[in-house]
Amino acid sequence: MPLRNSQIHLDLVKSTNTQNLSVPASTAYLSAVRDFVGTYASDFGFKDSDIDAIRLAVDEACTNVIKHAYDYDDTRHVMVYVGMNNSQFWVSIVDQGKAFDYEMYTEPDIKERIKLKKRGGVGVYLIRQLMDEVIYSHADGQNEIRMIKQKL
Amino acid sequence: MSSFSVTHKQIEHLDVLELNGELDAHTAAQLEESLQNLLNKNKHHIIVNCTRLEYISSAGLGVFMAYIEDVRGLGGDIKLTNMNPRVYNVFDLLGFPTLYDIMDDESDAVAQFANPS
Repeated sequence: MPLRNSQIHLDLVKSTNTQNLSVPASTAYLSAVRDFVGTYASDFGFKDSDIDAIRLAVDEACTNVIKHAYDYDDTRHVMVYVGMNNSQFWVSIVDQGKAFDYEMYTEPDIKERIKLKKRGGVGVYLIRQLMDEVIYSHADGQNEIRMIKQKL
Repeated sequence: MSSFSVTHKQIEHLDVLELNGELDAHTAAQLEESLQNLLNKNKHHIIVNCTRLEYISSAGLGVFMAYIEDVRGLGGDIKLTNMNPRVYNVFDLLGFPTLYDIMDDESDAVAQFANPS
């Protein structure tokens, strides 16, 4: 079900702690985004393997936005929201570019992709492997991918 | 910005690429250029030493996906070595260990090229 914009902000308010970062839609900023979410994931108390998973999932989501939603137009911006409460940690990547058709998504056959010499196309698969829950939404020209990791 | 570099060394007829730093969508082009340079020189017995590779995303994995068929088609291979467990975990999530030779140490890859089993 699509999330309204107002819901994005409502959820931010409901979390006990939220942070955000806006970066130009350029791969040059990926490491800054990884470090941004990594710092908060670490403060949240996740173990190293969970922090690595969150950093990678967020990198993949941002790379997809830069590449597919914005077609490498670095005058556009990618918004990164980090929120946490007692039980979970989440990162939302919000853009105003082309929407990702998540209903058309199918799991990639890596062996087949190698045979066809295709690079990539596995980011969404990785995100789903790395995070506990992934929610896509689109409303009023804004796309959001929200990636959630539970505290164990 | 991600810091990444590739250094090249030769062990007899084998080419070793040593990766340093973080391999993501920003830096993957550097790895691609290094591999392409080797292929342009008709070199396809390649070891990629990951000792100093600290991070990899699917953009980095994609470079290996794009080149392995060509390299094997020419009778060569790309063997990956010395990965730290965090980097190995990303390869593992995508099932790479069954599709690529991933070895503990560079010397294992050298031996494997010398005596393919």
